[in-house]
Formats: sequence, C-alpha cells, structure tokens
Amino acid sequence: MAAITKNVEEIRNRVILGEFGVKNVHTTDYPGNYPGYDDTWDLEKFQKNFRIDVVNLDESSMEFDMVGIDAAIANAFRRILLAEVPTMAIEKVFIYNNTSIVQDEVLAHRLGLIPIKADPRLFEYRNTEGSEIDTIQLQLKIKCSRNPRASKDSSDPRELYLNHMVYSKDIKWLRPGQELDITMHCVKGIGKDHAKFSPVATASYRLLPEITLLEPVEGEMLPWSRRASYLQTCWSQRPSKSS
Amino acid sequence: MAGEGEKKPVLEMVQADGADEGCVTFVLHDEDHTLGNSLRYLIMKNGDVDFCGYTITHPSESKINFRIQTRGGVAATEPLRRGLNELSDVCQHVLNTFQARVNEFKERQEQPME
Repeated sequence: MAAITKNVEEIRNRVILGEFGVKNVHTTDYPGNYPGYDDTWDLEKFQKNFRIDVVNLDESSMEFDMVGIDAAIANAFRRILLAEVPTMAIEKVFIYNNTSIVQDEVLAHRLGLIPIKADPRLFEYRNTEGSEIDTIQLQLKIKCSRNPRASKDSSDPRELYLNHMVYSKDIKWLRPGQELDITMHCVKGIGKDHAKFSPVATASYRLLPEITLLEPVEGEMLPWSRRASYLQTCWSQRPSKSS
Repeated sequence: MAGEGEKKPVLEMVQADGADEGCVTFVLHDEDHTLGNSLRYLIMKNGDVDFCGYTITHPSESKINFRIQTRGGVAATEPLRRGLNELSDVCQHVLNTFQARVNEFKERQEQPME
C-alpha cells in the first residue's frame, strides 16, 4: 500500500524526464480525480503553502523561486511580463537632417528599440494629439568634425574625429561632414503592440529540478578520484538554506 | 451584446438550444492563453464543474471560446464569476508576497556592507 501512495504522490507532484520525452506533464489534481484527496481550490490553503525565495537580484536580472503555485498561473505571469507590462519607447522620429551612412528608416527603427528610463505609470496612452501627459519629446543633434589636435599618423577614430560616436547607444557611424538633426516622440505602449515596448529582455520560468542519485558517488579511490568533485560542479553556487 | 459602431463586446454567451443553464460557451474577445489557461485551471479546481476548457478559434483573431459545464444544476456563470475573483485574489497575494520578499532581500543585501 505504501508503494501505491508514493506513486500517487509522484504522479500528482512530479514531471518525469524520460529518455525520449517528458512524462506526466499535465496538472491532474482537480477535485474528483484522486479518491481521498480534497483538491478543491482553497485560498487559505494556497496562502499557507505558497512562498517566494529570491535567489539573486541585481540591476539587470533577477531569479526567484515560487513554491506552491501551478504552472498555469506562473506562465500567465511570464506572458504578461513579456507582452502586457507597459513601457515608454520612441515611436515617431522626425528627421530634419541625416547625412550619415545609416538610412533614415534603419535609424528610426534602431531609435525605437532604445530602452527609455521613464516610469510609464506617470504617463497615459496616446490617442491622436500629443501633450505632456502622454509624450516625451527628445532631441538628437550632433555633427562630426575633424579633431584639429590629433597627431599626424594616428588611425584611431576616437582621436581623429570629434563626436564620431553617437552616445547613449554606442552606434558609431559618423564621419566628418556628416550630421544628424532629429526630434523624437516617445509614447507609452505594450509588448503586444510592438516588441520594443517589452520591458524585459526575456522572462522565463522552469520547474524546480529534483535529482535523485541512485548510488553514492565517492571520490576516494583512483581513477574515480575526481568523480565526486565533478558531480559537485553541476550545482550552481547557491548558499545552502536552512529550510 | 452591445456590438455596434465603436463598442466591441468583451464577452458573449453562446448556448445550444434546449440545453440547461449549466452548459455555456463564453466568447472572450481580446484574450489569449494568458487569461484562458490560468482561468481554466482555477475553474477546474471548483467542485461543481464537470468540464472546463478553452480554445483559440484562430491564431489571427484574438478571441477565445471558453466552455463550462457544471453538474448539479448550477448556472455556468457562477463558476466563471468565482474563478475570476479567485484569480484576482491569487494574483494579489502573489504580488504582496513578492514585494515583501524583494524588500527583505534588498535589506539583507545592504546589511553586510554596514
């Protein structure tokens, strides 16, 4: 009887990676499927079992564990992060003068992909006319010229020319005599409309892996002396938690 | 169904003639797997529901057909309403927990520096 209970627990809670495919993928713990289990949704039970552990968090990325939640809802969060969280991005580009080697439309496309650090919650979506409640106006006016102080035989463009790199997005394309004079309107949008509005580079989730070693791996005797330390390198450098 | 001119319907109900109130197909406009799958999961967890599923009728159209069949004579709109409320509660709880844990993590990160 104990073997059957253990199997049921495994079917209810685990996705199994077989050699040729993944088994037991779909959620089956709905009320009525397993006799003896009450699987009806209970918010308090969910709140009691649910927890979040932040693994790491820095300027540009974040990793955290969510325990006690179904993949359907975690996936909904992932989809929302990619497509429905609004950001600000450049939408209309008015090019007054562009004598660089980058074509107007290519330049406008690249400007649209630039991430703009403005809080979209302070803005409204734009309808037809622009006003300060829904648009940010940016300007880019830069001209490349020769650096009179460069030495005769240097070939480094950084020294030879002034303003040859258009910063805030390291695109180097200007040479002497070329200039850019552009006004940009920046509006609020969501990733579903255009991927430039997606606030994340990517968002993904995976199920927490459970790896069972079928036999102890030791590193005492040669030539197996390195087996155990190799195995140890499979794990990432996470500090072990007490729970 | 207020579908005329600029106003587009958000939700429609389609019912087979003669069927009882427990078997209804809802057509949700401007929705996709984001709402469909998570709502389906929560409605399936409801004990009154016999069947719950959704399809995206065509990938070019952003609408889903969401079908609920209940047992025991319960009207199909009731599990739908309950499922939506429960989904909202789940998301609120996850948000609260997440914010608390992130703040905790940030504080813990600052402490070793002091």
